[in-house]
Amino acid sequence: MALSKEQIAQRIAQEVKNGYYVNLGIGIPTLVANFVRNDIEVEFQSENGILGMGPFPFEGEEDPDLINAGKQTITALKGASLFDSATSFAMIRGQHVDLTILGAMEVSQNGDIANWKIPGKMVKGMGGAMDLVASAENIIVAMMHTNRAGESKLLKTCSLPLTGVNCVKKIVSNLAVIEVIGGKFKLIERAPGVSVSEIEAATEGDLIIEGKIPEMKF
Amino acid sequence: MIDKTVANVTEACKGVSDGMTFMLGGFGLCGIPENAIAQLVKLNVKNVTCIANNAGVDDFGLGLLLQKHQIKKMISSYVGENAEFERQMLSGELEVDLIPQGTLAQRCQSAKAGIPAFYTPAGYGTEVGEGKESREFNGKMHLLEHAFKADFAFVKAWKGDTAGNLIFKGTARNFNPNMAGAAKITVAEVEELVPAGTLDPNDIHVPGIFVQRIFQGEVYEKRIEQLTVRKK
Repeated sequence: MALSKEQIAQRIAQEVKNGYYVNLGIGIPTLVANFVRNDIEVEFQSENGILGMGPFPFEGEEDPDLINAGKQTITALKGASLFDSATSFAMIRGQHVDLTILGAMEVSQNGDIANWKIPGKMVKGMGGAMDLVASAENIIVAMMHTNRAGESKLLKTCSLPLTGVNCVKKIVSNLAVIEVIGGKFKLIERAPGVSVSEIEAATEGDLIIEGKIPEMKF
Repeated sequence: MIDKTVANVTEACKGVSDGMTFMLGGFGLCGIPENAIAQLVKLNVKNVTCIANNAGVDDFGLGLLLQKHQIKKMISSYVGENAEFERQMLSGELEVDLIPQGTLAQRCQSAKAGIPAFYTPAGYGTEVGEGKESREFNGKMHLLEHAFKADFAFVKAWKGDTAGNLIFKGTARNFNPNMAGAAKITVAEVEELVPAGTLDPNDIHVPGIFVQRIFQGEVYEKRIEQLTVRKK
């Protein structure tokens, strides 16, 4: 069975290591925070100016002056810090953030990512995504393997306007964990019950399959 | 201490006129200069260029200026929450320059700091980089980006004193400190204005030298864009 959005987030949470500063994008990436193991210490950065972002506030305790980059009301954990936007992007550009998790509309086999614009249709802007993908050394993309029409979103070349080039290292989709290596996709893990041939069929880009591909473990 | 106070928002916005470029602090609706925006709507200045991370929502924030077609050009990083914005952009009524958020912040910060231009990797290889000078540093390609030039910066702080010193609260800080001092005239509005000497100098986020005019805003709605809560 293909993974749900929560399960994608749950699988990505396994990549979050003790001591990491992590920036989570909007959508599935936001859910990752719910699945990080309790026995490790991580701090979530939101690019609008907080390190040590906590969960949503209890009803009635929301503060309009405390939001995340998705404009949702949040809390600050004990030990959190607040800062301006230029400082926030100094953390990002200066590679002080260890892991960036974000969504994508398309990813190509050389690691290009498109997630900010559909010409003539959706023009919302890139927000901090271009700064994040241009500088982060460790980027994981959370995405659906195919679009609603069933067409692959893991392509030889992106068709949509790019957010960044040669930057994606790992993809966790509803079907598979894939690494981007040497200009190709490499299949690492399968979603439970999803066959290698199903993943091959859903991947337009070149897919390297070496040996027996294990199922994801939760 | 040098006194930066003006009586009210009317005094604070003296000198704004058609065709000017404004910087406006805030992220979403968090930390926006609500009183200055209301005054700009009232003054009905036209053909202005606004540098702001977002464009407000349809009926609040910069959305109020959009409704009245006062904005000629927006320079932002994300404009997703505003249907009127999207309509004006797709129909060509509104000129829009979408730029990476970190680049936006640094173009403000550079203007403030007297750095005319800088290199950043953000946007290289994308349409953001089209027509821009690029250069390799440490094996990686970067784009040359220029400091903004603006006539007025409108920023909002939590507390301020008569010397123009500012303190922010929560994530309402965002672009405000980077824009303070980045335009010819910086107008700061605060929720609470106190006499110079009342605030602890250790706590000041923006020194008064970056602020030309300061006033206490009459009211703050502080609208929440996405209310997300947990059950107790």
